[in-house]
Amino acid sequence: MIAAHATGRPSLKRRPVLSPNRLRFGAIGAGAIAVGAALLAIAPLASLAVLAFGPTDDLWQHLIRYVIPPALVQTALLLVGVAAVTIVIGVGTAWAVTTFQFPGRDTLTWMLALPLAIPTYIVAYVYVDLLGFFGPVQAALRAPFGWKSAADYWFPSVRSLPGAILLMGLVLYPYVYLAARAMFQTQAAQFAEAARVLGARPLRLALQISLPLARPAIAVGVALALLETLNDIGLSEYLGVQTLTLSIFTTWLNRNSLPGAAQIACALLVFVAALILLERYGRSGRSFTAMTQQGARFSSRIVLKGPARFVAALACFAPVVLGFLLPAGYLVAEVIERGLLVGFDPGLIRPALTTVALAAAATLLVLALAFSAIAAARYLRHAFIDACVAIAGIGYAIPGTVLALGLLTPLVLVDEGFNAIARAFGGAGVGLIFAGSVAALIIAYVIRFLAIALGFGQAGFARIAPEFDDVARMLGAGPATLARTIHWPLIRPAIWGAALLVFVDCLKELPATLLLRPLNVETLSTYIYQFATRGSFEEGALAALIIVAVGIPAVLMITRHADARFIPRRR
Amino acid sequence: MKSVCGRVLSCLALAAAGMTTTSALAQGEVNVYTYRETKLIQPLFDAFTKDTGIRVNVVSAANGLEQRVRTEGANSPADVLLTVDISRLEEAVRAGITQPIKSELLDKVVAPRYRDPEGHWYAVSMRARIVYASKERVKATALNYEDFGSAGLNHKICIRSGQHYYNTALFAAYIVKHGEAQAEQWLRGLKANLGQRPSGGDREAARDVAAGKCDLGIGNTYYYGLMLNSAAQKPWADATRVILPTFKGGGTHVNVSGVVLARHAPNKANAMKLIEWLAGEKAQQMHADLNFEYPIRTGVPINATIAAFGALNPDPMPLSSIAEKSKAAANLVDKVGFDN
Repeated sequence: MIAAHATGRPSLKRRPVLSPNRLRFGAIGAGAIAVGAALLAIAPLASLAVLAFGPTDDLWQHLIRYVIPPALVQTALLLVGVAAVTIVIGVGTAWAVTTFQFPGRDTLTWMLALPLAIPTYIVAYVYVDLLGFFGPVQAALRAPFGWKSAADYWFPSVRSLPGAILLMGLVLYPYVYLAARAMFQTQAAQFAEAARVLGARPLRLALQISLPLARPAIAVGVALALLETLNDIGLSEYLGVQTLTLSIFTTWLNRNSLPGAAQIACALLVFVAALILLERYGRSGRSFTAMTQQGARFSSRIVLKGPARFVAALACFAPVVLGFLLPAGYLVAEVIERGLLVGFDPGLIRPALTTVALAAAATLLVLALAFSAIAAARYLRHAFIDACVAIAGIGYAIPGTVLALGLLTPLVLVDEGFNAIARAFGGAGVGLIFAGSVAALIIAYVIRFLAIALGFGQAGFARIAPEFDDVARMLGAGPATLARTIHWPLIRPAIWGAALLVFVDCLKELPATLLLRPLNVETLSTYIYQFATRGSFEEGALAALIIVAVGIPAVLMITRHADARFIPRRR
Repeated sequence: MKSVCGRVLSCLALAAAGMTTTSALAQGEVNVYTYRETKLIQPLFDAFTKDTGIRVNVVSAANGLEQRVRTEGANSPADVLLTVDISRLEEAVRAGITQPIKSELLDKVVAPRYRDPEGHWYAVSMRARIVYASKERVKATALNYEDFGSAGLNHKICIRSGQHYYNTALFAAYIVKHGEAQAEQWLRGLKANLGQRPSGGDREAARDVAAGKCDLGIGNTYYYGLMLNSAAQKPWADATRVILPTFKGGGTHVNVSGVVLARHAPNKANAMKLIEWLAGEKAQQMHADLNFEYPIRTGVPINATIAAFGALNPDPMPLSSIAEKSKAAANLVDKVGFDN
């Protein structure tokens, strides 16, 4: 049985798994990786901070008077809105598919994660088309009423703050859904069953048992969704929402102040710190570890009857339609209508391969770094290592272009070091090994998405009761044995989840890729971008569809593994 | 599983192959950093390679290329920066990443106002900021930019974000003409005449006019040609007609795309060939016909679609004066809350 300690078990002060005299190379290596990951994440920030010390004259007076207040309000509203939408959709659907049995539930379980495969800026373009004046929806409304012009009737505009909130929410809710569902179906199941036996109605059960228990997971999901929101440029710019992130760009490019932009970027990190604290708060005070893994199982679901089952099915189907089927269907329609398949642009093959290769390489590196760092934190139990792990995730908070800009300097410094060494040995300069190659992109992806793997890893390790470590230690197991026999099997689902999410995010990444890519390197995102900037995004529909198509299997696997691997296989 | 690994490895190898192209020492190539879209400029580069045998390596981005070149320093592989907007050209010069392009040939074919006095930048093509007016609702055939901010305009205007550099350049030109105080009044008036909050791109301005949300859309010349040639967007262009507005007592606001030669250009000779080739008749004709831009070189015919707008009379103000005022324009956009 899983015993979920939801009552706030006092956290025991524990000694490190490894006594100092037993520190092995492995542990030192893992510790070094944790420190390295933190340094990697700090590098672009440090160079940003240096930029931020540049002179800004009277810029801030102007910013505070005219720019920051509206941007702050819009950003705050956007974040609150997206949080609300993702929680309502994510938690609602997760609760429905884990609590009830209704027609289509099994299919919906995995379909609900699909919007993850669609880049947010693509959703923006699609919906502006679909819901615009010339789109099918308004055309269908005009026909029966005989309206001719937009002046004849009122229709909500997608290009607005509410539009941005809804669209962001529709593609980002799966972060919350996946996190909440994993909690609902395992941890909360035992309590839910007990409560049901005692006669609690499903809603009361949800409010009093499932939700409080799933709170940490929901907080993690919402934090991820909001960090994605903060990072977005494409969607907010297109929909005319003046966010803080956008103001970094206008300050840099239009107000001609890179130092000013760097300062706003640093200030934005405060927002991020708040989000990370939110996540921590969500997790704090409760430890949700599984004491034993035997018999962990899903709770049986309530079979819905009558109209309720269709209501549940429809409610869960709606976000899938809006967040995935409609946009993906639109892309398919554009591809067919434009004959993009028939007149297939062979120039697309290379970007597609490049994208997958870069994403795969970055994902492997992210996993290695993140899980080593977390393992180090677990084995060494040292505050410094914990701090390193916390810092390593900061890259997720920095908008892609800003990250890229900050990363250039450290990369070039390293390259100049190599050149100096090469010349010292009488050789010719070797050029820009890092800054001028795909290595720059991979490093940027690693910094950017390390936080996802760290989040998954920490959540995964947190589920493994420290008692396991103690027992293993008492029985004489060294850290290697502990890692191999206990942690590895239990952490595998988290690794899978992290791998796939990171992979999908790398596929979609645009801003850092644009600025850092070497000569002649094109990814699917940059391929779409060239059409989007010219206002004919549809011509990139096939590339967009390839991103979605490559992303789908990954998303399916996330869902699959989130299910199956939480039930340990009996040998 | 093995085949998957194999594929991943071969992909990695392919990506690694991509990185070797940055080698700056190879003969017969030129490296271009650009803000122009690959699809648009690739035909030009292909034609250049065909003419000269020099291979063109490209990286295109949305912003930050000046910063990238500057940070890359002496090891930068960049030979040529091909950019849009006069302010960005001047910014590249200010950033110290350029060197003078010394070419008698260019000086002969590019008029002085479309190049830097010291030769740090040369324009290669030109566009005008114009009005897409509703065929149905707008009777006027001529407009002044000054009218946009007039309370008596009686037409709703649609425009993209005031912070987009197409617009800051226009607003900067207004400051050059009328001074900052009047420009602020005008910008407030323009904001009051907006049919909706600024968003989307230039094509959306035409789309919104076609939809009846506004009567006048503000956009660049070439978008009109591009819309006419896109099945989905042709109705937007068809619902509007182009008016080339002018400043009172002046001409139409124009902006340019241009080139600079990177300070540490490793392939300088090839870079010079490319820059001169871009000002040649063939490249100028391609600019005109592929992207509906005005050629910089005199004597190259304007594309018929664009010529149909009527004769363009570019305002005589020096382009560099626009760059000087672009920051002031951006500040005004904030001050009047144009985008809010």
